[in-house]
Amino acid sequence: MAIEKEQVQWVATLARLQLSDADLAKMTQQLSAILEYVDQLKKVPTDGVEPLAHPLKVSNVFRDDAPVPSLTVDAALANAPDRTGDFFGVPPILD
Amino acid sequence: MTGIERTALELLQAQAQGETAEAITQSFLQAIKQRDPHVKAFLHVDEAAALEQARAVDAKRKKGQPLGKLAGVPVAIKDVLCTNGQPTTCGSKILQYFVPPYDAHVITELKQADAVLIGKTNMDEFAMGSSTENSAFFTTRNPWDLERIPGGSSGGSAAAVAACEAPLSLGSDTGGSIRQPASLCGIVGMKPTYGRVSRYGLVAFASSLDQIGPFTHDMSDCALIMEVLAGRDARDSTSINQPVPPYSKTLDQPVKPLTIGVAKEYFSEGLDKEVEKSIRDALKVYESFGAKVKEVSLPNSPYAVAVYYLVATAEASSNLARYDGMHYGYRTKKLDPALVEKQGAMIATFMQSRGEGFGKEVQRRIMLGTYALSSGYHDEYYGKALKVRRLIKDDFDRAFAECDVVMGPTSPTAAFKIGEKADNPLAMYLSDIYTISCNLAGIAGISIPCGFTKSGLPIGLQILAAPFEEEKLLRIARMHETASGWHTKRPKM
Repeated sequence: MAIEKEQVQWVATLARLQLSDADLAKMTQQLSAILEYVDQLKKVPTDGVEPLAHPLKVSNVFRDDAPVPSLTVDAALANAPDRTGDFFGVPPILD
Repeated sequence: MTGIERTALELLQAQAQGETAEAITQSFLQAIKQRDPHVKAFLHVDEAAALEQARAVDAKRKKGQPLGKLAGVPVAIKDVLCTNGQPTTCGSKILQYFVPPYDAHVITELKQADAVLIGKTNMDEFAMGSSTENSAFFTTRNPWDLERIPGGSSGGSAAAVAACEAPLSLGSDTGGSIRQPASLCGIVGMKPTYGRVSRYGLVAFASSLDQIGPFTHDMSDCALIMEVLAGRDARDSTSINQPVPPYSKTLDQPVKPLTIGVAKEYFSEGLDKEVEKSIRDALKVYESFGAKVKEVSLPNSPYAVAVYYLVATAEASSNLARYDGMHYGYRTKKLDPALVEKQGAMIATFMQSRGEGFGKEVQRRIMLGTYALSSGYHDEYYGKALKVRRLIKDDFDRAFAECDVVMGPTSPTAAFKIGEKADNPLAMYLSDIYTISCNLAGIAGISIPCGFTKSGLPIGLQILAAPFEEEKLLRIARMHETASGWHTKRPKM
């Protein structure tokens, strides 16, 4: 199933990816080809088949609710694009 | 073997006989200086730090202190693993200047084993690719033919060992990213069972598929480094609490009786004739040991690539959402006023940082995964893929009920030329046709060298085993090695 340019733009916004018009066009063409390829899964009979999200039978792993040492403030901020005091400087969230 | 062509085991023996770790590390640093301008395996080498580690090993030995299993042995690390205080870029502009404040679990294990961490290696960006052409920085070359790709995504780690720039390296494998480059570079590459090795500190691509594993020249080294890497780690809740067998102690015991499953679906069109011949010759070697070769069917394997490009991309779209330019990584310098008007400064920053920072392949996969998970398409794409994933796993369960292992080619072709598949994402994806099912099912897999094409390009034999059967898998791989000698070949550089 091919995908339309408008849908690709919608997906890009969901994925928080800014694409130029040229990239959007190329992306539309490439995604269409890939989606056509994966469409073959439609013909695989899967009635009554349980989805496999995880290869191992695992259950929740817990630890004691006891504090352990964590990163220092300096270590945590060391890669910050914009360090402001002991905080991450970020763009305004609310207008 | 002499000099830099030696295996880790030979280097350990050499140190027991008086060679210093410092001299050994110096020789590999020299090799990197001479060869890497052509091979381009490394993104980052810290000579001073490597020599300091080596000297520390020599000092320990001199004082008579106990030494770890990999004492003085240089190990190259795929740049997808966090190394405290050392750059970790994942081959991406988005993490170009990122320096992790912690070590991955496997790094801690290597340090405790007294290994010498010699450098970080090149890779396809965020482990997405099969040729290392998707690195934001440069393309690594195949040491057997510098015009060809080394495979991917762990191309740098594979090339480093093949070119004898390091005797050991680490990679990560989500759809074949260790096994395929091992095959194309003529060395051993192993993907352990999912959960065998802790993923703490491995930058995540697809959390239900990723595993860390080694590249080595031969099986003895593979068994040894697996003892160091495997084991439960409380910081990775998917790491399994199963004891680690002494792989190197049992390695030389052949497996008898041995039934080898050969999937008929793996020998269809698209498989290069020279690769096929090499695999069939390898099977004859096993038959000469008394093994029984039996045809099996993995009927859902033709769907593996389609399933992978929905499941892995869906997981990736979630894992890569963290790269938003807020706490670390690339943040856009100049906001587009029209975009700010439409989306607000915060979302505009996300969109531009990610749009500018991520390469095209990464963007493509994020888009695919986002689409597959989006409202209205979730069940049709992601949900359906998970069901077919179950069928793929069931195929292996059935095969392993009648066989010890499944064997076949690792890659449908030998190494292709740089640029040959770069414009065709789908053609590139199909390079992983034999390796992908292994990750979807979570089973163990290894690629070992089994020959060369007429033009001198390496060919790899893939051996797959049921979950947590690494001990048996390693012994079976070793059987081929003892008869064939491919593991002693080194490229002329």
